[in-house]
Amino acid sequence: MTATQKRVFVNRIVMALSTLSAGIGLFFLFWILYILVSNGVEAINWDIFLFEGAPPGYEESGLKQALVGQLIIVGIATLVGVPLGILAGTYLSEYGQKSKLAETIRDISDIMMSAPSIVVGSFVYAIMVVPMGHFSAWAGIVALTIIMLPIILRTTDDMLHLVPTTLREAAFALGAPKYKVIIQVVYRGAKAGILTGILLGVARVAGETAPLLFTSFNDNFMSTDLMEPMASLTVTMYNYATSPYEDWQRLGWAAAFILSMFILSLNILGRLVLLTKKGK
Amino acid sequence: MATICNVSEEKALEIKKLQFTYASADEPSLKEISMPIAKNSVTALIGPSGCGKSTLLRSINRMHDLYPGNKYEGEIIYNGRNILDAKEDLINLRINIGMIFQKPTAFPMSIMDNVAYGLKLQGIKNKTELKDRVEKALTDAAIWKEVKDRLKHDANGLSGGQQQRLCIARAIAVEPEILLFDEPTSALDPISTQGIEELVTELKEKVSIVIVTHNMQQAARVSDYTGFMYLGELIELGKTEELFVTPAEKLTEEYITGKFG
Repeated sequence: MTATQKRVFVNRIVMALSTLSAGIGLFFLFWILYILVSNGVEAINWDIFLFEGAPPGYEESGLKQALVGQLIIVGIATLVGVPLGILAGTYLSEYGQKSKLAETIRDISDIMMSAPSIVVGSFVYAIMVVPMGHFSAWAGIVALTIIMLPIILRTTDDMLHLVPTTLREAAFALGAPKYKVIIQVVYRGAKAGILTGILLGVARVAGETAPLLFTSFNDNFMSTDLMEPMASLTVTMYNYATSPYEDWQRLGWAAAFILSMFILSLNILGRLVLLTKKGK
Repeated sequence: MATICNVSEEKALEIKKLQFTYASADEPSLKEISMPIAKNSVTALIGPSGCGKSTLLRSINRMHDLYPGNKYEGEIIYNGRNILDAKEDLINLRINIGMIFQKPTAFPMSIMDNVAYGLKLQGIKNKTELKDRVEKALTDAAIWKEVKDRLKHDANGLSGGQQQRLCIARAIAVEPEILLFDEPTSALDPISTQGIEELVTELKEKVSIVIVTHNMQQAARVSDYTGFMYLGELIELGKTEELFVTPAEKLTEEYITGKFG
């Protein structure tokens, strides 16, 4: 075999291996989607959105309480976590830069990002649930915010870092004060990246079950009281999917399907927003 | 010591014994530089890489202040005051002394918003006034005809040369007295370079210009005065035609005849 033939051969092997690996990944992805969609579509009907949880065997049972609870818990966690994360990331990239404090925050946030979410759940259980004496939606919100914070903080930090220094200097050279340079130039330059970070963060916490199990717990009935336990799609899914009753298992599939569609539409929405902004 | 020619014009700036030391360095990068900058003229700074020409340029609008620990000594006299003074209002200074960078720095916004950026910073909100001044700046930067139908488009869709002229328009829109050019054509093709050079020569009617360039022909083409720098020192400042034909310093002669660099 000549050297050229050898190179061509190795090239083919590498291409075949990487194509095969991509294929394996896609195979499992589509398998999961197939199972999810086939079971989910079958389980979904209007009742799911109209009725609350009911004992097994009841005709009129649904996921209304879990849908509302999910939106409230994830919604408030996002409202708190996103501005906190973006501002903290801004501090790291624009003010703290390479200072000791900034580097320490980066390290801690990296550790927090890889900390198991159940640990965050037990922490919130200890500082909120135990002193209050009962589970509450607030505890769930705090747990999800803590999980979301490092993701948004680090992506914001990284994305702001990618904005060229000369762009900042050009704005300063026009006589712009620092906060205006950050808001009007740096944020604009990093818009797509920051939005991706937010979506990643929201999608990540929307799928969390462990930290909610012992913070916001669960509720079979509609509740919008943040001081009381509240249902969420993930915990409801866990309860229903592990139950022996077929109609509850069906509701579990419906919850899984709705949750996946929610996260999918978040992603599509993000891309659409970016596309229309670019078009202008 | 350095040979500094007489400047017959009024002076836009007077640099006196300027020393500058970067935060991470022990040795000063600029050593006791003294030179006048003539009003409504183009002063070019040439010299081999690392000679401090960009460092000198960035001292004039105090760009070094963006990074902590950098240290100036000496004076830069502008309008009768020393702008290296700690009390100098940097925002005001940078409005009067604009800067164009090596790579085009179009902001991620529309062409209109790019040029209006400095004006809006100054609190101009009137839409007609903004539009008029943006048009005037774009016309002066010789790019109005190319962009007038797409002012709302993203500025990053323009070519490199167009973006650089857009940046010039953005800088002159706020009507500065001095413009600093930091190798403005090193990222551009020859035709765009020619456009920028013509623009520089036209602009000097209204502003005083300091241009850093690694290209000696460019300095010879656009400037009235040329300063040659070497290892952080200003070796010679002369009328451009004199400096390139009959340099006073041996080092200058060796550099412009290509003996080193």
